[in-house]
Amino acid sequence: MMEAQYRAPGSVDEAVALMAGAGGKGRVLAGGTDLLVQMRAGMVAPGLIVDVKRIAEMTAISQIAGAWRVGAAVTGAEIHDHAGLKKAWPGVVEAINLIGSKQVQGRASAGGNLCNASPAADSVPALVAAGAIATVQGPNGRREVPVEQIPAGPGKTSLKPGEIVVSFTLPARPAGSGDAYLRLIPRTEMDIAVVGCGVNLTMKDGTCTAARVALGAVAPTVLLVEGAAKALVGSKLDDKAIEAAAAACRAACKPIDDKRGTIVYRTKIAGVLLKRAVAIAAERARSN
Amino acid sequence: MTDSSRQRVALALAINGRRHRVTIEPSTTLLDLLRDELGLFGTKKGCDMGACGACTVLVDGRRINACLALAVMQEGRDVQTIEGLAEGEALHPLQQAFVEHDALQCGYCTPGQIMSALGLIGEGRATDAAGIAEQMSGNLCRCGAHPNIVAAIAAYAGA
Repeated sequence: MMEAQYRAPGSVDEAVALMAGAGGKGRVLAGGTDLLVQMRAGMVAPGLIVDVKRIAEMTAISQIAGAWRVGAAVTGAEIHDHAGLKKAWPGVVEAINLIGSKQVQGRASAGGNLCNASPAADSVPALVAAGAIATVQGPNGRREVPVEQIPAGPGKTSLKPGEIVVSFTLPARPAGSGDAYLRLIPRTEMDIAVVGCGVNLTMKDGTCTAARVALGAVAPTVLLVEGAAKALVGSKLDDKAIEAAAAACRAACKPIDDKRGTIVYRTKIAGVLLKRAVAIAAERARSN
Repeated sequence: MTDSSRQRVALALAINGRRHRVTIEPSTTLLDLLRDELGLFGTKKGCDMGACGACTVLVDGRRINACLALAVMQEGRDVQTIEGLAEGEALHPLQQAFVEHDALQCGYCTPGQIMSALGLIGEGRATDAAGIAEQMSGNLCRCGAHPNIVAAIAAYAGA
């Protein structure tokens, strides 16, 4: 491996200053389960590794006025063990817990999953469906960015040079809300999504009052499918509304053909997963 | 060694309860530290990319792939490897269970399987055979001993 310098700062300010000082050669390590593999494969050769695992703000989970703030470097294993977060956002937690193996979960983070910018990243559709907002800090201070605006293409983000994703905020939402994430893989574990689908619903008196739908692995970036949400809102989640939402998902797909699935297959599966994820999210909304 | 362009960092960590102080290059993985610097060859290098689980160790009780962790990140942490389990010639009960259930053929994946299983039991997730199989999915056995591995873990965990 290329020799890189290593720093483990104790604050976000320090991490941002280190990244700025590295002049584009810095890489954030929020777990390292992608970064180390990429370094070994010669895909990246950072001059400086900035390990953010020692920054309290980036490794904490807290609740503020009904919203949940999750540090970008919190591990999947810690998220798995957090009963409050799991109750509020089971779909988000399930999605994060699909990243890699249980060993990978001991290190990997949702922040890393997002910034690695794979179109098939499991946590991202769930975060987008949740309406998660990323807090980003860079040389020019802090800004809040909807998660769907961060991926810019395979392996590319919209982050400006020196910017770091600090945390995610999952918004407060009314009673009767539920979310779900499903992905299709040929195995049952340890594989990359052929299609992923995140759904987040609010139900009132049997009617869907709010919805967000996101798809992964069917386009260069995770998609927020507004047409699918529109088809669900105002309905009783009857077959016609759900079929219209599935059709919107299929229409949004711009997938590639590869060994994991053809364009036709991925497009069809997007509709199937939408229907199944809506059913799970609706069931959770009713009992929440 | 005297190349000043190469940063070397001092590191203190505990491995199997014993304090170690080492000076390493920052890109050294925990796996390479264990094997190449400390001569602890029980932790195996399989794929070296986080897919096979042969290098599973516990860090502060949590299972991780040692190939995907930098050694410098373990400053002050408590690392447990397969070498820390047996008491002299007396095997750890989980090691004994692997022997009794014939849970290995070539044995290369076995240290990772055992450390992963101890992590799994610590997580409180060893509830039944199907659950154990799922929770052990990050550990591959090319000899195909998986059913016996699950049986050994279930027997030890009382699941």
